[in-house]
Amino acid sequence: MRSEYDVVVIGGGPAGLAAAIKAKELGMDVLLLERREYLGGIPVQCVHPGFGLHYFGEDLTGTEFIHRFIEKFRGMGIEHYTNAHVLNVVSRSYWHKVLTVVTEEGLFEVRAKTVIYAAGARERHAFEIGITGHRVAGIYTAGEAQTMMDVYGVMPGKEIVIVGSGDVGLIMARRFTLEGAHVKAVVELMPYPGGLTRNVVQCLEDFGIPLYLSHAVTRVEGNKRVERVIVTRVDENLKPVPGTEEVIECDTVILAAGLVPYLKVIEKAGVEIDPATGGPVVNSYLETSVPGIFVAGNALVINDLVDYVVEQGEEAARGAYEFVKNGGLPSLRWRKLVKGRNVRLAVPHYLSDTRDTIVYARVKKPEENVVLRFPEIGKEVRLPFVKPSEMVRVKLRKEEIARAGGRITMEVVGDE
Amino acid sequence: MSEVKRFKLTCIVCPLGCEIEVEMEGDRITSVRGYTCPRGKGYAVQEVTEPKRTVMSVVPVKGGKFPTVAVKSDKPVPKELVPRIMRLLADVEVEAPVHVGQVIVENVLGTGANIVATREA
Ligand SMILES: Cc1cc2nc3c(=O)[nH]c(=O)nc-3n(C[C@H](O)[C@H](O)[C@H](O)COP(=O)(O)OP(=O)(O)OC[C@H]3O[C@@H](n4cnc5c(N)ncnc54)[C@H](O)[C@@H]3O)c2cc1C
Ligand code: SF4
Repeated sequence: MRSEYDVVVIGGGPAGLAAAIKAKELGMDVLLLERREYLGGIPVQCVHPGFGLHYFGEDLTGTEFIHRFIEKFRGMGIEHYTNAHVLNVVSRSYWHKVLTVVTEEGLFEVRAKTVIYAAGARERHAFEIGITGHRVAGIYTAGEAQTMMDVYGVMPGKEIVIVGSGDVGLIMARRFTLEGAHVKAVVELMPYPGGLTRNVVQCLEDFGIPLYLSHAVTRVEGNKRVERVIVTRVDENLKPVPGTEEVIECDTVILAAGLVPYLKVIEKAGVEIDPATGGPVVNSYLETSVPGIFVAGNALVINDLVDYVVEQGEEAARGAYEFVKNGGLPSLRWRKLVKGRNVRLAVPHYLSDTRDTIVYARVKKPEENVVLRFPEIGKEVRLPFVKPSEMVRVKLRKEEIARAGGRITMEVVGDE
Repeated sequence: MSEVKRFKLTCIVCPLGCEIEVEMEGDRITSVRGYTCPRGKGYAVQEVTEPKRTVMSVVPVKGGKFPTVAVKSDKPVPKELVPRIMRLLADVEVEAPVHVGQVIVENVLGTGANIVATREA
């Protein structure tokens, strides 16, 4: 490892690989650091299809999708290390970020003009979703179970209850069943499934797996290992209804209850955080509030499609390139993106009219036949439906952004 | 006249998830409604006559970086054969090196589909 780079990419998942490839193509001096023993991030453990439909125009498994990026990355001879965990990033000056990295050989400091932070997300754990009871063996997050089963070939259990019906929970239910485990229930807090209808059909209905809507796992019991869970109905305020408890015998609980951007590493650098996304506040260049620190992928906002993750990685690389070329991003007139009706989150938070900007957003509640409106710039996009589980992606051209004064509102309204 | 059967399906081809209704008289499909595109119609007809799915799994690998290699069927196979294919795969072991796309089981259970590797090992 040398001691100074134009850009250091933290994380070797799809966002980080895409960012490093693009940065190299732009002629930058790049280093990529990955803490696991292998490159590729989450898709390495995803043996199911559903990856790359937009990017490659083909339906690939996660493993196939990421293989293409890893091959390209290797082919370009980009300097990188696995088993290299970045502990923190400190911004010493506009031009100098210092990263502390732990490797098998010891502790290193690396300096960089810019950093692209692509460390992904962490999974929500039992205490965060209000599960009480015993902390016994047999409780795993979906990602842990998937890595055990699909990378290391070890089944996490036989009688399984899954918490959460997002696509992750649904896909895991199918994988467990196909591998011979008995999935006794998928338990969902909301009155509707969190994942795509096609996944409810292919992953649960195909196998007769019961889906408990408006229910929560409130307690896990067991001696050394999970022996049973208590499932309780919830009311419209999502509060457990006393007297509706039901016992399900099982030996394993899988938590598929959502992801949160993993920011611990750049918190010390002082990036501002958006409570709605759980990720940093960014501008059109995907630059955080700390100049020269860019962010992409699930560390920015939780993405369900890897294609968008890759797009963000490439965008962050372009941002870092502008920064290095010009000695920092020019101070521009930023328009604040304001969340209007039925918009729960939206990134980037500040838009400039120097570049076309892709906005990624999620709605609060499902609706049909709606219009996505940006009233200040007179833009409207008709959508047949919106759902909280599916990210809305829309491109704003720089001429459109230029039409706005200080703010651009984004709202979802009925189609009159 | 033979009996009229109605099937309600959710299309699984793309994320839209259209609700499709198929009517059959005996073995003959008399109407398909509710699809938004031809792929959906094709899926619905296939689903009521001979439902198919892509199989995915992992098989043990000797001498690789990891103990397993991920595999899938290179085209959809009859749904009712899926459990048998999974059991068959449980007894397969391969040796490293394995590259993406390499055939692991040829013409699995005579379906015309190959089981291919989707990860390197
Ligand atoms: C079960 C499941 C199913 C999915 N199915 C689909 C699907 O069908 N289709 C689809 O398009 N998408 C799917 N996704 C989503 C997709 O996998 C993610 O959106 C994508 O992987 C996010 O990429 P990323 O690079 O931001 O993060 P990750 O893939 O999580 O990569 C982050 C990387 O950063 C590394 N890292 C973290 N911290 C540090 C540190 N401090 N130092 C060094 N390295 C670090 C991690 O080890 C990891 O390798 C699925 C996700 C899951 C969990
Ligand atoms: S019918 Fe067409 S549009 Fe509707 S879900 Fe199927 S593939 Fe998608």
